[in-house]
Amino acid sequence: MENTMTLTLKVWRQKGPLENGRFETYEIDQISPDMSFLEMFDVLNENLINNGEEPVEIASDCREGICGTCGCMINGKAHGPEKATATCQLHMRKFKDGDTIIVEPWQATSFPIIKDLVVDRSPLDRIIESGGFITVPTGSAPDANLIPVPKDAADSAFDAAACIGCGACVAACPNSAAQLFTSAKVQHLNLLPQGQAERWSRTEEMVEKMEEYFGSCTNHGECHEACPKEIPLDFIAYTNRDYVKSKRKNRNLLGQG
Amino acid sequence: MIGELNSRIPEGPIEEKWSSHKFDMKLVNPANKRKFEVIVVGTGLAGASAAATLGELGYKVKAFTYHDSPRRAHSIAAQGGINGAKNYQNDGDSVYRLFYDTVKGGDYRSREANVHRLAEVSLNIIDQCVGQGVPFAREYGGLLDNRSFGGAQVSRTFYARGQTGQQLLLGAYSALMRQVGSGSVELHTRTEMLDLIVHDGAARGIVVRDLITGDVRSHTAHAVVLATGGYGNVYYLSTNAMMCNVTAGWRAHRRGALFANPCYTQIHPTCIPASDEFQSKLTLMSESLRNDGRIWVPSGHDEARSVSDIPEDQRYYYLEEKYPSFGNLVPRDVASRNAKTVVDQGLGVGPLKNGVYLDFADAIQRDGEDAIRERYGNLFQMYERITGEDPYKTPMRIYPATHYTMGGLWVDYELMSNVPGLFVVGEANFSDHGANRLGASALMQGLADGYFVLPYTIGNYLAPLLGESPLDESDPACSNVVQGVAERTQKWLSVNGTRTVDWFHRELGKLVWNFIGMERDKNGLEKALSEIPSLREEFEKDVRVLGSADNLNTSLEKVGRVADFFELAELKARDALERAESCGGHFRSESQTPEGEALRDDDNFSHVAAWEWGGTSGSAIRHKEELEFEYVPLTQRSYK
Ligand SMILES: Cc1cc2nc3c(=O)[nH]c(=O)nc-3n(C[C@H](O)[C@H](O)[C@H](O)COP(=O)(O)OP(=O)(O)OC[C@H]3O[C@@H](n4cnc5c(N)ncnc54)[C@H](O)[C@@H]3O)c2cc1C
Ligand code: SF4
Repeated sequence: MENTMTLTLKVWRQKGPLENGRFETYEIDQISPDMSFLEMFDVLNENLINNGEEPVEIASDCREGICGTCGCMINGKAHGPEKATATCQLHMRKFKDGDTIIVEPWQATSFPIIKDLVVDRSPLDRIIESGGFITVPTGSAPDANLIPVPKDAADSAFDAAACIGCGACVAACPNSAAQLFTSAKVQHLNLLPQGQAERWSRTEEMVEKMEEYFGSCTNHGECHEACPKEIPLDFIAYTNRDYVKSKRKNRNLLGQG
Repeated sequence: MIGELNSRIPEGPIEEKWSSHKFDMKLVNPANKRKFEVIVVGTGLAGASAAATLGELGYKVKAFTYHDSPRRAHSIAAQGGINGAKNYQNDGDSVYRLFYDTVKGGDYRSREANVHRLAEVSLNIIDQCVGQGVPFAREYGGLLDNRSFGGAQVSRTFYARGQTGQQLLLGAYSALMRQVGSGSVELHTRTEMLDLIVHDGAARGIVVRDLITGDVRSHTAHAVVLATGGYGNVYYLSTNAMMCNVTAGWRAHRRGALFANPCYTQIHPTCIPASDEFQSKLTLMSESLRNDGRIWVPSGHDEARSVSDIPEDQRYYYLEEKYPSFGNLVPRDVASRNAKTVVDQGLGVGPLKNGVYLDFADAIQRDGEDAIRERYGNLFQMYERITGEDPYKTPMRIYPATHYTMGGLWVDYELMSNVPGLFVVGEANFSDHGANRLGASALMQGLADGYFVLPYTIGNYLAPLLGESPLDESDPACSNVVQGVAERTQKWLSVNGTRTVDWFHRELGKLVWNFIGMERDKNGLEKALSEIPSLREEFEKDVRVLGSADNLNTSLEKVGRVADFFELAELKARDALERAESCGGHFRSESQTPEGEALRDDDNFSHVAAWEWGGTSGSAIRHKEELEFEYVPLTQRSYK
């Protein structure tokens, strides 16, 4: 095959959450530029198994950049060098023959390592569970066209809803904050007319749940740089605004304000 | 042996069957609901919507997924949209028309009563999703926008940019997480179902493996719902997510559940062609692109000029020419087979000559690049990322790939399999699409089953069980199955062969694609029936799985799934061989019209083939459920 590459991979290997990890170095050749980064790992893993070594655990599923399963630090960057691209959508044409690529798992205390490059991101589910929904029991919704939603509001809500829950924002943040993820969900729902009834309770619950698990945001903006869906940073500002308001409103609602 | 298959279709005119059946079914009163435990396996659209709704109703639900979060299910990847017979566009749509189109589109191999119910509840689904905050596309006036989708002449498809599945799943996931938060649903992530517990003739629970610790244990309940998705990955290369598999359904099949129509597979016409041997999966380009893209190949062999240098009269717009009224919007099976025909004729494009063009130049000229970006921006971006080519400037290259499986576990009108207490919803069942599924109808069916059908019908099964408790987990009926699963898992580690699981899966995939793919014939199917079992024997003797069973071990997860794919592949070949007619996605080259269209044989095959496990792979027994068409007259499909 023409134009194939030979690469050196330095990959983080760790048997379990409590074990010590280390970098292992692997040489790999015959890598075509049309391969995806994960297909390159498939080849590495087949080679390892053929040599009697345990393959590297690396998570992925849809390989279309939408399920949010994949994600690792590639040369120190969450999801690697290509902007707005999840690990699975990164292709080897972004690298060149002879490159050394360093691959590590997400690093954040709230995301413990399970094995090799796979981490536990379940705290993100806990945030959704605390208020990332509109309470509309099955069968109780009115006709879908009863409430017109201005196109701009629907489009902004969509921009927020595009988050894939990959956790790159947490991994990229110097404080391991989950502000971008949380704000994306809060604003998706807060921007819509359907989401108004629970706006203040949702904001307070979700922000406080986030703070139980994650560090605090100090406005570095690294999250946005790493985000494969380019979730806009202003959602964080809106959420901070809504949070301050929610403290007052929720107290008013309780008749104490 | 299974007796007569009873589909339990209610009496009465088609438009009244579901409402009168809802009235006739037994109810569980609210205070008693919490006395019933229900297991839901799978948390994609069908499973998440079912678990959330059952939790809201007050049942005690346990939900299982092998993913790390319900939001990862393969449903997330659906792009194009979801149908709903709202007729918001005032273009003549109705419940009856959606029903009619679906039966016809399925090439008369589905149950009329199920399909009508699906069309009826499609209205509620759209309401429900909008209520949850699903950001569907809207017009400037703030009302919902629609588009038309493959095979339909009305605009009834609701969409959220090119990410409809994502937004619908996030809606169902949020409803599910609300129930998890309130305690009515207990969620088990990274937990894989590896067997079904059947005792005294009914489904009583499941055996699962914790994918992190390797623990194997049982869970019991009053009923088990499988919502475990489709089996397209039997082809190795497909548009399905890497982990999609048939294991849950197959293990239930081995415990007595009938597997219906395994040969019905949908090959989607618009996917990015494979670039090399290492290709791990194929990427779908939403079929909504066919609304604006024109499909063509150069009319001369060995075309070497660049696209822009090929004059109009040397471009072969084969769909527009052959099917003037539907053009590029013919149903999927027709579009796929025609692409195969031109590529087989040597007219293919791209470095491997394995694709056809999907060209947006005219649409961009007509509507402007911004309008096209608004409609398909993220799809174009994805295409460019994968291929390195810019579709605003040069046509996309596409080719068919396995996409959806219409076959699945047999269920009756109430979505219950022939094993009492085992319900099957979503792509995992065989129910509503016949031999071919219309675009934007899988999301609809998954949510119909989960939100609006199962939550009623399961009550009808549970009501008489009031006062009975689930099987004790220490019962030998449980522990024997647990032990079997643990042994099977360990067995793979001791084979110590020479080839990887992926190697065998790829080889199996090639056999299935070559012999049970877009076109099937007797010779090829017989060949598949001899080659699949011999490859399986080699697999069992020579596969190499390293590591241990007590921690995360992806190869160990895969090997069990591939083993089940082997058995399924064999059944698929038998089913395709026995069905000596063409219908929808099942094209037997021996059975075609002079124009090369699928030719049904209604006298002999107007039935569902439901297979009973015969004790070993290859010995399954075929049962029939006859199909009757009272409302949609049987005609030869024609999209001319
Ligand atoms: C690329 C793509 C695009 C598509 N686009 C459209 C579209 O535009 N419109 C449309 O209508 N349809 C579309 N479809 C089809 C549609 O997305 C699927 O048919 C549908 O989402 C299936 O939903 P489901 O809930 O049945 O299964 P899935 O979403 O596949 O969910 C399966 C669930 O089961 C779990 N599971 C499976 N086995 C086990 C086990 N053994 N133990 C524990 N858990 C298990 C998984 O973890 C997952 O949670 C598309 C499909 C693909 C591949
Ligand atoms: S905000 Fe972006 S980086 Fe963070 S989880 Fe969502 S998609 Fe991933």
